[in-house]
Amino acid sequence: MISINLLALFYLISGVLFILALRGLSSPETSRQGNFFGILGMSIAVIVTFLSIGNFSTSFIYVIVFLLIGGSIGAFIAFKIPMTAMPELVAGFHSLVGLAAVFVAISAFINPEAFNLGFTGNIKLASLIEMSIGAAVGAITFSGSIIAFLKLRGIMSGAPIIFPGQHILNLLILISIVVLTYFLCTTQNSNLFWSLIAISFLVGILLIIPIGGADMPVVISMLNSYSGWAAAGIGFTLENTALIITGALVGSSGAILSYIMCKGMNRSFFNVILGGFGGTDQISKSSNKEQKPVKSGNSDDAAFLMKNASSVIIVPGYGMAVAQAQHALREMVDTLKKNGIKVSYAIHPVAGRMPGHMNVLLAEANVPYDEVFELEEINNDFANCDVAYVIGANDVTNPVAKTDPQSPIYGMPILDVEKAKSVLFVKRSLSPGYAGVDNDLFYRENTLMLFADAKKMTEDIIKSF
Amino acid sequence: MEIDPFVFRLSIFILSIFVGYYVVWSVTPSLHTPLMSVTNAISSVIIVGAIIAALAGNNENIFNEASVFGFLAIILAAVNIFGGFLVTQRMLAMYKKKKK
Repeated sequence: MISINLLALFYLISGVLFILALRGLSSPETSRQGNFFGILGMSIAVIVTFLSIGNFSTSFIYVIVFLLIGGSIGAFIAFKIPMTAMPELVAGFHSLVGLAAVFVAISAFINPEAFNLGFTGNIKLASLIEMSIGAAVGAITFSGSIIAFLKLRGIMSGAPIIFPGQHILNLLILISIVVLTYFLCTTQNSNLFWSLIAISFLVGILLIIPIGGADMPVVISMLNSYSGWAAAGIGFTLENTALIITGALVGSSGAILSYIMCKGMNRSFFNVILGGFGGTDQISKSSNKEQKPVKSGNSDDAAFLMKNASSVIIVPGYGMAVAQAQHALREMVDTLKKNGIKVSYAIHPVAGRMPGHMNVLLAEANVPYDEVFELEEINNDFANCDVAYVIGANDVTNPVAKTDPQSPIYGMPILDVEKAKSVLFVKRSLSPGYAGVDNDLFYRENTLMLFADAKKMTEDIIKSF
Repeated sequence: MEIDPFVFRLSIFILSIFVGYYVVWSVTPSLHTPLMSVTNAISSVIIVGAIIAALAGNNENIFNEASVFGFLAIILAAVNIFGGFLVTQRMLAMYKKKKK
């Protein structure tokens, strides 16, 4: 047994170690140490919790067994998961945090004595409010993440699901949550508690179904944030400093990532959440475009252009992840470098399906991180580069975002690919990108379209070299 | 008059939001995916609540109505803790500098 004050101090240490874990991520060199701090903080929190309860009876053994069951599942997943599946893995993990928060809240509601929160039917008001918030946010996180997972995994179509009256329905449900919480606090009726959780599950589903596939970076960041707030809500209920600190850290981390992602698309957070890029008016506009001439080429043309280049910038996008082309791409770059060509990579903030998605894939393919640049770092270099190789990206290179105020993507920061002397654009067809906007770049004088699968084209270019 | 402990917890909460704000802005964008997986792992510190819930049963009745939810939450949180930290470790191990 350790005293309650000592326990609180240990939780504080855990919290500080978690802060250091995030701090470590400011550079790749310190990041591994940061992760170690995180593991240390978690171990301390778990061990002191055991010591504080001091009940090493049969149930303790069960706790260890369940911990190991979960742990082995987690470890198995962590080692087996391919890097391209990282977005859905993260969504899946979020759902687990959400559900765990719901379960802890339920347990605290059924047996408040164990948590020192009062008695069944007479729980302290503040605790009841905190526990309701934790349970509701946890439930929203859970069902929302499940939908995000299904969409990312391709089990569910990535297309937005929109029906009339959607926003009004969501609003009514949100109001009913507040009303339910109020009556729950005044009556302590357990049926109200269950209804609150059920309705929150529904909100999570309704919140995510209208959001389309390419807006997933925002969704994942938002759910990340929610899982933090859910943890913080439970932290207040349990009067646990480690949980409160962690919840606040994770909550603000997810919120900042959502902000960065929205800014990368020049859209407001509400615009994304309220769903559905490409309302009907935009689709009709893009359908009456005239046929414009396009230059297309093959791998030999591409290899020829690159051979004569002195600098090449690679622009990867979600298509690279889908085609699993990162390894082939690295090999191509190795060939280029052997020929004395300077190569760098340009990453748009919303490339891929989650923040930093492209960076992880390139790292997996052994691309050194100091060759990979963010938009602001590299955008001026396009003007001096000979070839831009666009592989699986589309909307983020569309010059229309700078020139046409009518366009839905107007104002979105883009990579200035069109300033390169020549642009090699690997794509399967001329179909527009996610935003439903035709890419002006396809029809430029200096663009050569390479119609093929990203991986196959990249491999063919290596052969033609 | 004593200050309600809730106020202290609220202070910790608010200050932590600010700490989080500044710490996360200093995270390099190339590590945003590991940031998500590690925040996922640390938010599973909710396992401390699950442990308290699970151990609240008595010896005659280890799996009672309330502790069952605790045990379930332990599994979920443990998947996340091990999965989250290990996958982060795996990702971070891939970030290498250029060979000079």
